[in-house]
Parts: sequence; structure tokens; C-alpha cells
Amino acid sequence: MSKKISESVVCTFCASGCDDLEITHNRRTVDSARNGCAISLSRFASIRESRILKPLIRTRGNLRATTFAKAIDRAARVLNNSKYPLLYGWSQTSCEAISKGIELAELVGGLIDNTTTSCHGPTILGLQDVGEATCTLGEVRHSADLIIYWGCNPIHSHPHHTTRFTVFSKGRFRKTRKDRKLVVVDVRRTDTAKLADKFIQVQPNGDYELLTALRTAIRGEEIEQDSIAGVPVDTIEETADMMVDCEFGALFFGLGLTMTAGKHRNTEAALALVRDLNYVTKFVVIPMRGWFNVTGANEVTTWQTGYPYAVDLTQGYPRFNPGDTSAIDAIARGEVDAALVVASDPVSHFPGAAVKHLVEIPIVTVEPKWTPTSEASEVVIPSAILGIEASGTIYRIDGVPLEARKVVDPPAGVRPDVEILDAIINRVKKLGARR
Amino acid sequence: MSRIEVTVISGRSLSQARSRERGKFSDEYSRSVTVCELDPDDMKELGAADGQNVRITTSFGQVVLKATISRQAPHRGVAFVPYGAWASMLFSTSTQASGMPTMKGLKATIETAPDAKIATLREITRMKAK
Repeated sequence: MSKKISESVVCTFCASGCDDLEITHNRRTVDSARNGCAISLSRFASIRESRILKPLIRTRGNLRATTFAKAIDRAARVLNNSKYPLLYGWSQTSCEAISKGIELAELVGGLIDNTTTSCHGPTILGLQDVGEATCTLGEVRHSADLIIYWGCNPIHSHPHHTTRFTVFSKGRFRKTRKDRKLVVVDVRRTDTAKLADKFIQVQPNGDYELLTALRTAIRGEEIEQDSIAGVPVDTIEETADMMVDCEFGALFFGLGLTMTAGKHRNTEAALALVRDLNYVTKFVVIPMRGWFNVTGANEVTTWQTGYPYAVDLTQGYPRFNPGDTSAIDAIARGEVDAALVVASDPVSHFPGAAVKHLVEIPIVTVEPKWTPTSEASEVVIPSAILGIEASGTIYRIDGVPLEARKVVDPPAGVRPDVEILDAIINRVKKLGARR
Repeated sequence: MSRIEVTVISGRSLSQARSRERGKFSDEYSRSVTVCELDPDDMKELGAADGQNVRITTSFGQVVLKATISRQAPHRGVAFVPYGAWASMLFSTSTQASGMPTMKGLKATIETAPDAKIATLREITRMKAK
């Protein structure tokens, strides 16, 4: 079979949305991938590994192969018979599939939540309170002369972020590393910190104090301490000077702010710091979102329900109250009585006490590869990998939509998420939806 | 058996992300996420050799992992565990009304556990289900 080269392919791992991949492939297999980071190359090289190839239904305790129609029927019945189903995942699928998921959640009267809930959920809460001064990654690349990575380690999590968009990129007005300063704030001297002009080692759980101290220094007020959160005041004042003196600063923050003590108070402080800086210079902030379409999950959920995640549709109208309508809380309280998991693995990543309840309820999993969640499921429906075997819209971390394109065919009989969700919706309607 | 008090943080690592693509049940993935990266001075204080098994305990759970000398040091008093089923054994479901569990910055005790075995992914899932 003749080989084909697909250019400008969008990577579907992290939310940097690198769209410069060159994939050599035939109809079913990838031969080689160029321009990608180490994670991206592993993703393309491993597309046939650990795949679920047939729809499965649990029968007498074991998962057994079945037809697509029977798996869809069982999935629809699980959701229809549930009083409080959770529809979870959504950050590793397309906006089109997320839209279908929300339609389904409304139909069955469920709680729909995406993985934002356990990554940048506190960032969203901060944004709702403070707002954000932001821009696209292209503007950062061309214009930013000060880059700050706070509580994130892009060399490991977003490996091409520095080369495509920040210190090592070739922009129009900032062409080389010498044209930009890099500040890294972290509790470890990470591989990203090793590249920094200034590395600030903050004490664990000390981010809020340090952000507040920086805001104080930027206002020109005196800090009446020798050090804050393990950082000498001289360092804080020098950093404040760097921020005030830059022409265009960009703050990228990660889960070092959202997962530690303070959570949304940390993100509020970071967003407020950037707001303050805009009184004296140009400064923007972009959260380092993780999965390739977690931003899209927030966008689509907001368009259709008014809220970005943790949306409860059980009453027939959307309610948003993280801590109450968020996945981990609802599971941990033992209220959720069925789950549809699309492209996610909560059994691995949720805390043990939540998993204890999750594995006791019927789970329907739509997923390309074997995971502990698929192994614990009542119904497993294999899906095509978005951006490799299926096309769809995704959102980059800066809110720029990109088309993730199909490059090769999925394994025989394996369908895109959007088709699977459509089939479940149609079956639920046929069975007589609860709402 | 010696022990140290640390603050444990979980996070993405390049090897965790790469091996995840090979599959959650691959040996490569298990090897990449069943580690606890410690500052070299903390390793000394603990009296652990590079690659020795240790038990990490928080108020919410415990797990046995392989202690390794961190290449992203110094970070005295901070232990890094890559995201995964093993790391999630250490966290609480309490989100303090935010929806987000605390997955970085928890107080933990690390003790040498040369005879303890690192659980497989399926064993970890069974432990969580109990």
C-alpha cells in the first residue's frame, strides 16, 4: 500500500495544540511522525497498543464481547435506570462529542462534569471572580519579553511550549532567547527552572503569600518581613521590578496553584497580580491547561448550559456549585448511581474513597484503550482516537479552535465518540427518556 | 527502619506521559509512576539507597513506591510522585467545597520498606475498592 504524508497535523496530547506534525502513514498504520515532542511521538507510535477492539458487556461477572447495538442498548438502559447518573471525562474528545454528551445529560437528567474538576477547576473559579487579561499564544511568541512559569513544568508536561510559543521560539519582535527573560516559580528546581534567568523556590503551599507579597511590591509598598514563603524579600522586590519594567509579560501557571492549599484563592491572587501589572505595563495570563481539549470542554459546556463544568441537570435546568455538583464530591457522598465515562480514567486518578463507590455502580466506558476504569465497567464501547483516527474540533489553551484531523482508519468496527454518543442518545429516546 | 517527614506533591513527568500512551497496563507505565523522587539529602537522612522501596503514608492512605534520587533537586522536604493510581492512594476526597481534591502539598511520612512489594495496577484498584 502506498505511503502518504500528512502535514500540519494537530497533536492531541496536551493543550498546547502543536499543529506542525508531519505524519507518514498508510490507510491503517502510522509509519513515522516528525516535529512532535517525545510524548507526541510515543502517542503516534503506540496507536495500536492496548486497544479495546470489541464492544463488551459484563455477563456473570466477566466482560464479554458483544455487538455494537447490544452494547448501546445496555448503555442506554444503565443511564435510563439511574436516578443520578454522572457523565464524566470529555477533555480528550472533540467539541462535537462534548456537545452530544450535554444533550445526553439533559435527556437522562444527569450530572455532567469534565476533568477540569480535578485540574484547573480552581482556575475557572478564580476567573469568574477576577477575570483575566489574556491573549493568544501567537501574541506571546511575537511580543513577550518576560515569561513566567509558576507551578508548572512545561519541559515535562507541555514539551514544545517553550520552543513554539515562549523563550525559544522565533517571534516577529522577540527572535531569540536573548530577547526574553524567563522566571520560574516552583517548589522544586525542575527541568524548566534550570532554563530560567531567575528561579524562585517557594515553600510548598506558600504560593498565595508569595503572590500577595509580589502585589505589595508592585504597588511600591514595603514588605515588613525578611522573607515570604521561603523567598527573601530582596528577591521578591527584584522580581517585581522585572515585571514592572518589562514591555510585555506573560504569566503561565499550572496545577502548583490549583492543587495546593488555597486552590481558587491562589488562582485569584495570580489573576489579580496580572490585573495590577496592567496599570503599569502590558501583562497577560494563560493557565497551562492539561489535556488537549479540556478548554473545549469548558467552552462547549458553557455555550450549552451557561456553566463550564460540574453542571447538574437533574432538575431540568443547569445548576453549578463546585463542591456539591462536582464529580468527586458527588461520588464520595455516594449519590451517583451510574456513570458514563468518556475518554478518561477516574478509577486510576480519583482518590481511593471515591473509587470505592465508583466501582460499585454500573459504569459505561467509551474509551480507545484498556484502563482500570474500562476493566471495572458494565459496558465498554471502544472508540477511535481523536486527531489520529477521527476528526473534530479542539480548543488550545489560549482558546484558539483547531481542527484535529483523522490520519488513519481506526481498527475495524471502532467508531468515533460522536457516533457512539449519538447512538446512545437515539436509544435512550427510543426507550423513553426519563425527561 | 528510618523515617522522614515530607510534603508530597504529585505531577506530570515526561516518562509518565510517554508510557501512558503505551497503555496503563504496560510495564513501562508501571515503572514510570511507581517512583518517589527525593532530594539527595533527604535520601541520605532516610538512609535509603537509590531504587529502594519505601512506604509513603498520609492521613488518607499509604502506598509502597521505589525511592529515587531526584534529578530536579534541590527540593529538601518535598517528595514528588508522578500522577497515577499509586499517587492517588495518598489523597483525600475532601475538596473543601471547591471540587478539587488536594493532590499537591500534603504532609506525609516516608519510611524505608525494603521487604514491601510495589502493588500492581490491578492490586491498587482492588485496594481502592475495599
